[in-house]
Amino acid sequence: MSEQESSSDERMSSEEEEEEQKKEEGFSYMNLPDVEWGQLPPHIEKQRSRVHLKPDAPTNTETLQYSGAYASMGVDNSFRLDNFRDNFRIKVIALDKDKMEFDLIGIDAAVANAFRRILISEVPTMAIEKVFIANNTSVIQDEVLAHRLGLIPIKVDPRLFEYLSANDTPNEKNTIVLKLHARCLPGQSRRTVYSQELKWLPNGSEFAKESENPNSKPSTYTSFSCSQDSLPEFASNPISAMEDIIIAKLGPGQEIELEAHAVKGMGKTHAKWSPVGTAWYRMFPEVVLLENVEGEDAEELVRKCPIDGVFDIEDTGNGKKRAIVADSRVCTLCRECIRGDEMWERRVALYRVKDHFIFTIESTGALPPEVLFTEAVKILEAKCERVITELS
Amino acid sequence: MKRPTCSLETPAAMEHGSVRDPSSATFSFVDEDHTLANSVRFALNQDPRVSLCGYSIPHPSDSRVNIRVQTTGDPAREVLKDACQNLMLMCQHVRSTLDKAVDDYRSNPTDMDTK
Repeated sequence: MSEQESSSDERMSSEEEEEEQKKEEGFSYMNLPDVEWGQLPPHIEKQRSRVHLKPDAPTNTETLQYSGAYASMGVDNSFRLDNFRDNFRIKVIALDKDKMEFDLIGIDAAVANAFRRILISEVPTMAIEKVFIANNTSVIQDEVLAHRLGLIPIKVDPRLFEYLSANDTPNEKNTIVLKLHARCLPGQSRRTVYSQELKWLPNGSEFAKESENPNSKPSTYTSFSCSQDSLPEFASNPISAMEDIIIAKLGPGQEIELEAHAVKGMGKTHAKWSPVGTAWYRMFPEVVLLENVEGEDAEELVRKCPIDGVFDIEDTGNGKKRAIVADSRVCTLCRECIRGDEMWERRVALYRVKDHFIFTIESTGALPPEVLFTEAVKILEAKCERVITELS
Repeated sequence: MKRPTCSLETPAAMEHGSVRDPSSATFSFVDEDHTLANSVRFALNQDPRVSLCGYSIPHPSDSRVNIRVQTTGDPAREVLKDACQNLMLMCQHVRSTLDKAVDDYRSNPTDMDTK
């Protein structure tokens, strides 16, 4: 330790000499200051942590995951859980019952993307899978009607249900039955059928199955052992479909009578089971002014930017104006500010922060967005656990 | 060069490797895709014991991924298990941080920064 210190003292004095030399000889890489061992030089650190957007194309888009990537500089790039815990942060920006925006900071794109993919295709929900149409005299065909019904979100927690496999009989644990009976009487004016007309049947199907043996006990398309509304989880909050969705329009004398059976499924089977309208993220945009932009140029910069609020003009006193970056978050990184004259490229630098994700989740209504994200994380955990148990 | 000489088949994961050299192996997972494979590759790459790793999806219609792991000496199977373990711990931390962040937001929607 002491040896190192003494050597660094020597370096200090030699640095001064080098400084002198530099002035005489002009620039040389030999004269660049030493970087401390175990620390990345600023330009490498920038390459590691930022995507640089140039006017023609972005550079440094990759992330170096390899543990020994910076070994020659004494920097350990391997995974340390305590490091991760220290650096990882979540900042909720906006949250309401069906939309959430939050910042995920200090996580790799691989994991953030896994969460996004799971949200879209692997978090289960309930959706109408079978439609039994008793009567449909409307202009909308049976198969189109069935497809439309499938896409209606059902407001129920899917965790309370089981999957219906091919050989299972539909029962109260895996099926929700909804009934729709809408008609437009002759002489009435045309009417619209909305999704709130789908009525939950907690006792299961009401349609009798046709049987070859006329003496056998009449059976329906489901076999519920008890009524769903007697179950504690549904007693106080009845199951319903998302309101105000148009199902069909009926002319005078037309009628629709059907029963829809909703089952549990995942978005990778069909998008109707996806619990999100969509879930997406973008890397945090960083806008840096590399030199002072003043006067007319400052106003031009503000004019060049199509987004309000990224740049602003500040008065520096005695009537002078200077451009500042007011809010880089709203920047779409359209690169309009660095287009045109090459001098702008020297003045403004645009980056994306590689480990800062602005994550947005739009729920379809079955579960609130924060619960969806928690579920997605749990699913990734379950996948890991499956690998561990299968390799043990 | 050693050819794969054994395959230990379990319902959803398979290891193709050599009996004599457990330090490199290819693991084949059914019903998985980029979601797990890319995250696991990330976790493996950050492990100093790993000298090479990568994954491939042999055919887009098959729901199967192959994950190749070569280590500097430790059994590939153990290293893969550790990577999954790390990923799981990461997920648990993400989950608890989110819960805290949401609670903070609900109690004070203006200032929210949760560590």
